[in-house]
Amino acid sequence: MNSDSLTRAFLILIRRDLMLAVRHRAEMANPILFFVLVTSLFPLGIGANPALLQAVAPGVIWVAALLAALLSIENVFRSDFEDGSLEQYLLSSHPVSVLVLAKITAHWLITGLPLLLISPLLGILLGLPVDAIKVLFITLLLGTPVLSLIGAVGVALTVGLRKGGMILSLLVLPLYIPVLIFASSAVDTAAAGLPVTAHLSLIAALLLLALSLSPFATAAALRVSLS
Amino acid sequence: MFNNFFHRMASPKHFYGLAGILIPWLAVPCLLLTVAGLYYGLVKAPPDYQQGDSYRIMFIHVPAAWMSLFIYIVMAGAGAIGLIWRIKLAEVVAISSAPIGASFTFLALVTGSIWGKPMWGTWWVWDARLTSELILLFLYLGVIALNNAIDDKRTAARAVAILALVGVINIPIIHYSVEWWNTLHQGPTVTKFDKPSIHLSMLIPLLLMAVAFKLYYAFVVLMRARCEVLERERNSGWVKELAEKT
Repeated sequence: MNSDSLTRAFLILIRRDLMLAVRHRAEMANPILFFVLVTSLFPLGIGANPALLQAVAPGVIWVAALLAALLSIENVFRSDFEDGSLEQYLLSSHPVSVLVLAKITAHWLITGLPLLLISPLLGILLGLPVDAIKVLFITLLLGTPVLSLIGAVGVALTVGLRKGGMILSLLVLPLYIPVLIFASSAVDTAAAGLPVTAHLSLIAALLLLALSLSPFATAAALRVSLS
Repeated sequence: MFNNFFHRMASPKHFYGLAGILIPWLAVPCLLLTVAGLYYGLVKAPPDYQQGDSYRIMFIHVPAAWMSLFIYIVMAGAGAIGLIWRIKLAEVVAISSAPIGASFTFLALVTGSIWGKPMWGTWWVWDARLTSELILLFLYLGVIALNNAIDDKRTAARAVAILALVGVINIPIIHYSVEWWNTLHQGPTVTKFDKPSIHLSMLIPLLLMAVAFKLYYAFVVLMRARCEVLERERNSGWVKELAEKT
């Protein structure tokens, strides 16, 4: 057992999940469609006044991203739980937290990254200025991994339950609030032409905190759920 | 030896007896302090020069808000002890605390809202403190829902402990993010009740009520924990003995 084999296990796990995702392309598209659909509902609901749309755009896009992340996060462990491979991860000689981190990374690449790539389009649809769209992109780049990391803890706690989905939103959404606040206010501030370094630093700090703590909490929660 | 002592104290049977003795010793002072606190707060304390009599709801509101956070920390602490040392009793305390904490949080929100109507002219303001209290209520509800969803009690207790620990790390983050969000987004459109250095005649009933609430929590959590212990240990000898005696 050395760090080489651990790195290999990490990479193999990511490759496996990516391959599974590529073979189920339709599933991959669902969160993106949801994200675009929810965002485009808002102009229909609140009216097409450009000034109003621009004012609510950061919040709308981020809330939609939050819901899309919540919708897709359950898949991070669900299929592995159902076919029993999750138990094999726990039995393997590698630290579970690292394997969990691989699962989360793969999940983010599959669901978070597409959201990120399509977000400028939504920014344009809602009439955000270019500077704000750039900042929106950066906040999503830093923020969506946090959503995946926090969500994984919630999924790990509820994966064994029959009606886990309902509880999952209750567990996870309150914990998403800081990201939502910092990210949407960063975009707001950028739209007003003010510097946003402080906001971005805070989101980056949240990312580092989540990155360092969430894998351990997720691993512990998986052990509880599968015991 | 020290360890042994704790494990003996934390044995469900010993706890059940001890808690039964402690409950009246906590409940009676709680009642006395509540009566005294309400008397001094509602009758003796002078009306506020700005707010008249409506400030008196503070004697319920402020201790309830203090308790809401205090109980969450106790719950997370007990959960951590249960996770690390596998002490069943700590799990029981953590589980039993959640509904009480949620009730105090709800009470703080409702009394705050009732106070806000005459003072701010509205039932609800997206003020930083109100918002973080609301989020705290959601965190409690998540803990309760997770506990109810898992059938096996010991598994549920460990899951709840992890969730409470994650929550307790997040509480300061949520609190400060909300505070910052509020100051960033809206200026002081609602002039917040500028806290004057509180007069002694108002401070004394406030502290009396705060201690009374703490005692209330202590004896109610013991009562709930006793029930929980009986339920969990229903197959053990001493519970059967107890049931046959009565």
